[in-house]
Amino acid sequence: MRGWAALWVLAVAWSAHAADVPLKLWHAYRGGEETALIQATTRFTETTGVKVDLLGLPYDAYAHKLTNAIPHGAGPDVFIFNHERLRNFHAQHLVAATAKDFARADYFANTVEALEVDGQVYGYPLSLKSLALYVNTDLVPRPPESTEELLALLRSLSNPAEGRFGLVYESGDFYFHAPFLFGFNGPLFDDTGRASFDTPGMASSLAFVKRLQDERWMPQEVSGALAKTLFNDGRAAMRISGPWSAGEIAPTVRYRVVALPTVSETGTPMKPFLGVEAAFVSARSEQAARAHALAHFLSVGEASRIRTSVGRQIPADVAAYETQEVKEDTLISSFREASRNATPMPNTLEMARVWEPMKLALRAVLQGGVKPEDAGALADRRYRALHRERPADANPIPWLGLAGAMALGGTAYVLRRPAGGQSFRQRYPDLARAATYVAPAAAGLLVLVFIPFAVGLSLSLFHHDAGQYSFVGLANFVDILASRGYSIREPLSFYFTLAVTLLWAVVNVVLHVCIGLGLALLLRDPLLKLRGMYRVLLIIPWAVPNYITALMWKGMFHRQFGAINGLLALLGLEPVSWFTRFSTAFAANVATNTWLGFPFMMVVALGALQSIPQELYEAAEVDGASRWTQFRRITLPLLKPAMLPAVVLGSVWTFNMFNIIYLVSGGEPGGGTDILVSEAFRWAFQRNEQYGFAAAYSVLIFLVLLGWSTFTKRLLRTEETA
Amino acid sequence: MKKPSWLKMAGIHAGLSVMCMVTLYPVLWVVKMALSPTDGMSLTANPFPEAVTLDHFREVLWSSDAQGRWVFGRQLMASVIVGGATTVVGLSLAVTAAYALSRFRFPGKEGGMQALLITQMFPATLMLVPIYSILQKLRLLDSLTGLVLVYATTALPFCIWMLKGYFDTLPRELEEAAVMDGASPFQVFIHVVLPLARPALAVTALFSFMTAWNEFVLAATLINDPTRFTLPVALQRYVGEYKVEWGKFAACALVVSAPVMALFFALQKHLVGGLTAGGVKG
Repeated sequence: MRGWAALWVLAVAWSAHAADVPLKLWHAYRGGEETALIQATTRFTETTGVKVDLLGLPYDAYAHKLTNAIPHGAGPDVFIFNHERLRNFHAQHLVAATAKDFARADYFANTVEALEVDGQVYGYPLSLKSLALYVNTDLVPRPPESTEELLALLRSLSNPAEGRFGLVYESGDFYFHAPFLFGFNGPLFDDTGRASFDTPGMASSLAFVKRLQDERWMPQEVSGALAKTLFNDGRAAMRISGPWSAGEIAPTVRYRVVALPTVSETGTPMKPFLGVEAAFVSARSEQAARAHALAHFLSVGEASRIRTSVGRQIPADVAAYETQEVKEDTLISSFREASRNATPMPNTLEMARVWEPMKLALRAVLQGGVKPEDAGALADRRYRALHRERPADANPIPWLGLAGAMALGGTAYVLRRPAGGQSFRQRYPDLARAATYVAPAAAGLLVLVFIPFAVGLSLSLFHHDAGQYSFVGLANFVDILASRGYSIREPLSFYFTLAVTLLWAVVNVVLHVCIGLGLALLLRDPLLKLRGMYRVLLIIPWAVPNYITALMWKGMFHRQFGAINGLLALLGLEPVSWFTRFSTAFAANVATNTWLGFPFMMVVALGALQSIPQELYEAAEVDGASRWTQFRRITLPLLKPAMLPAVVLGSVWTFNMFNIIYLVSGGEPGGGTDILVSEAFRWAFQRNEQYGFAAAYSVLIFLVLLGWSTFTKRLLRTEETA
Repeated sequence: MKKPSWLKMAGIHAGLSVMCMVTLYPVLWVVKMALSPTDGMSLTANPFPEAVTLDHFREVLWSSDAQGRWVFGRQLMASVIVGGATTVVGLSLAVTAAYALSRFRFPGKEGGMQALLITQMFPATLMLVPIYSILQKLRLLDSLTGLVLVYATTALPFCIWMLKGYFDTLPRELEEAAVMDGASPFQVFIHVVLPLARPALAVTALFSFMTAWNEFVLAATLINDPTRFTLPVALQRYVGEYKVEWGKFAACALVVSAPVMALFFALQKHLVGGLTAGGVKG
C-alpha cells in the first residue's frame, strides 16, 4: 500500500512544477499542535515542492467562516476539523470524498467509521480525542478500576473544608457526562436513530454524578481552567480530561493516564465519546489532487510522528504505534488504550440536536432543581421543542405582489405632495446640494446596511435545513408566537423571553441613568480636587471591549472560587450560586452590564450639567430654595434634552446586548436569562442553523424596537414643544 | 459662591473613591491574570498577583509565525489601518450627510432619519450571511478595504444621529453672515461649520474607531491572512475549543484596551462636551 502512496506523491511532485499556487490549509490549532502542523506542512513542501499557506483561526469563528467561504469559492483546499460536524458539512457540499485509493486499513476502524456518510468516507483521520482519567500518583498509588473502588477512594481523598477533592471534571458539560451515561447502559439513540433521553440508565448516571457533588467529592460549576488549577495544585487527586490537558500539567505533579473505570452495578465500562480530528478536502478546491495528497500526507508516516512527538496528539494511523518512540510514550499509549472503549460520536444531525437538551437536564440535576428520575423527560421536552420539522411550502407569488405594493406605497409616501400645491423645485430648493452631501453615506448604507437588512427580513419567510432553503411564508412567525407548547412562564416561550428582554432593558437603563447622573453630580463641583483623575478612572469600563470584561465578570461570579463570593464570605454572608436561579443569574448579568454602561450616561450627564448656567442656581439659592427643589426644578428639566436621546440609544443597545447575556450567564438557568437576541443567535448557530427561524426572531425584535422608537419620538417631540 | 463644608467634600471624595474601587476591581483581575505565572483561574478574591512574570506579555508581543514574521506588529498595523480608515471614512460620510439632514430640505429627509435608527434595531448576527455575499460580488473579500467599509457603514447611523443633533444647535446666523460676506455654500461648510463642530467630531471619531478596534467576528470571517488579522481576532485565538489560555488572553486584552483608554484620556474633555452639545438648545 505504501508503494501507491509513494507513486502518488511522486506524481504530485511532478505536476507541482506546472503551477506555483500554494495550497490553503485552515485550522484552529494552538500551541504544540500548531507547531507540529507547521513542521509537518514544511516536510510536505520539502517532499513535493508544493507550498502550503496555513491559516489559524479562532475556534468560535471557524465553522461559520467555512460555511460562508467554501460555497463562494473563497475557502481553503484542506481544513482540519472534528468529525462531529461532518454530516452538516456534507449536506452543504463543503467536503469531497476521499481519493479512490484511500486505504481504510491504514487507520483504526472506529476512526474511519466516524468519517462515513452513506457508506462513503470523507476526510483523512488525523488524531483521536477522547476522555480518560488523569491520576496524581502521589495521592492515588493504585487507580480505580470500578466505580466501587472510585467511591472508596473519593471518601478518603476529599476534604471540602480544605478545598481538596477526590475528583474534578467539567461536570456540567454533556461531553464529560457521556461516559457515565454509557457506563450505566443508557442508550443515547433508540433503534430508529432518534435521540432517547427518558431511560433508566439516564436517571442512574445522573443520580451517581449528583451524589459525587452532594458528598462534595468534587466541586460545583467546574470549568476547564478550574479543573486544571485544582489538579496542578494537588487539590484534586484525579481529573477526567482529554489529551489536550497533558501539556498544561505542572512539572511538580506526578501522574499517569488510565481508562475510565467500569460501573460496578452494570459491569459496563464507562465509554467516552471518540472524537476524530480529520483533514477534510474542500469540495471546491481547484487543486483537488494536491489537496488530497496533503491531507493524506498529514495523516500517516512522518507527519503523524511529528504530530505525536511535537503536538502530543493521539494518532489515528495504525503504523504509528509500531514505532519505538510511540511505544515508549506512556501518554500516547495510555490514551490509545483508553480509547479502545470509546464510542464514536455519531456524525449525524441528530447528534447535534442532543447537546442542548442534555446540558439542560444535567445542569438542572446538578443545581438541585430537578430529580434525576425526572431529568430525562425534561430533556425530551426540550428536544421536541428544538427539533422543528420543515413547515409546508407556501406560494411566494402573493408575497411578491405584497412586496411590490409596499415598495410602491413607500415611494409614494416619501414623495407625497402636501396640500400647498407648490412645485417640486420650489418646495425643495436644496435638492441638488442635498443629494451631493447625502449620496456617499446613502450609497454605503444602501449596500452594506439596508440590503443585508432586507435580506435578513426576507430570510424570515424561509426554512433553512442543511443548506436548503424553502419558502414557508409566515410559518416561522406562527411557530414563534404560538410558543411551541411552552407556557408564558417558561423559557423558550417567546413571551417569556420578551418579558425578560424588556425587564433587562428597563432595569439597565434605569441603573445606568441613576448611577451616571449621581456620579456626574458628584463630579460637577469645580472645586473638587482630583476631579480629572476620578473622571478618567470612572470611564475605564467603557474603553474595555465587552467580551473581555464579560469573561472576567463570569469568573468573579463563580460559586466556590469567584471573587464576589469571596467578598461575601469575608463579610460573613452566605455564598450565592449565582447562575442556578433566575433572580441571581439576572442580577449577575445586570451588574456586569451596569458596570459597562454607566460611564456613557455619566459623560452625557456631565456635559449637560456643564451647560446649565450657574446663575440659575445662584438665583434659586437667594430665593431660599432647598437642594432638592433646585434639583427638581432646575437640574432635571434642563438635563432632559440631553439625556433623552442618550436613553433612547442606550435602550436600543441594551435590548440587543448579546455579549453579556451569552458570556456571563450563558442563558442559565435552562435558558431563563436568554434575551431575544441571544435566543435568535441560538436558533441560527446552535440549533442546526435554523436561519429562517432566527431571522423571524430578529424581525420581531425589530418590530418591538420600532414601537419603542415611535413612542420615544413622540416623547421627544412633546419635550421640544414644552 | 459659598465654600462647601469640609465634611461635604470628604463625603464626596469617599463616595467617588468607593465607585473607583468598584470600577477598577475587575480590571485588576485582568492585570493579575496577565502577570501571574500560572495560566489558570485564581482561586481567591485577592486582586493582586502573588507572583509576577512578563512571560505572557512577551509571548503576545514577540512571537513569530511559520515564516519568521513578527505577528503582533503586523496585526497591530492591520488594526491601526482598519481603525484609522474606518474613522476617516465613517466621519467623512457622516458629517456631510448629517449637515444635509440638518440644513437642507429634500424628500425622504424625515424617513431617512427614522431609517437610520431602525437599522440599529436589527440584530447584527444575521446580517453577516448577506454581507459576505455582497462583499464577494464587490470583490472585497479577504480585504481590509472591505472590512473598513463594513465597519464604517455599521457605525454610520450612530454618527449621523449624533452629528445631526449637534448641527441643529449651531446658530444659522453665523452661516448667513458668511454668505453675506460672499462665501460659497461649500466654503461656509468647510470654514464655519466644521470648526464649530470640532467637539462633536471628536466624539463621533472615537465611536467609529471603537467600533472597528474592538470587533472580531467580522474580521475573523472576512480576512483570510493571519498577518492581516486585527488584534481582537488574535485575542480570540486564545479561546480554544477545550480551554482558554487565560494568561495570554488577559495580556492581549490589556494590549487591545490600552489604545482606547489612551484615546479616552486624551479626549475626555471633548467627550464631556461633545456628547451632549447636540441635545441642548443654545
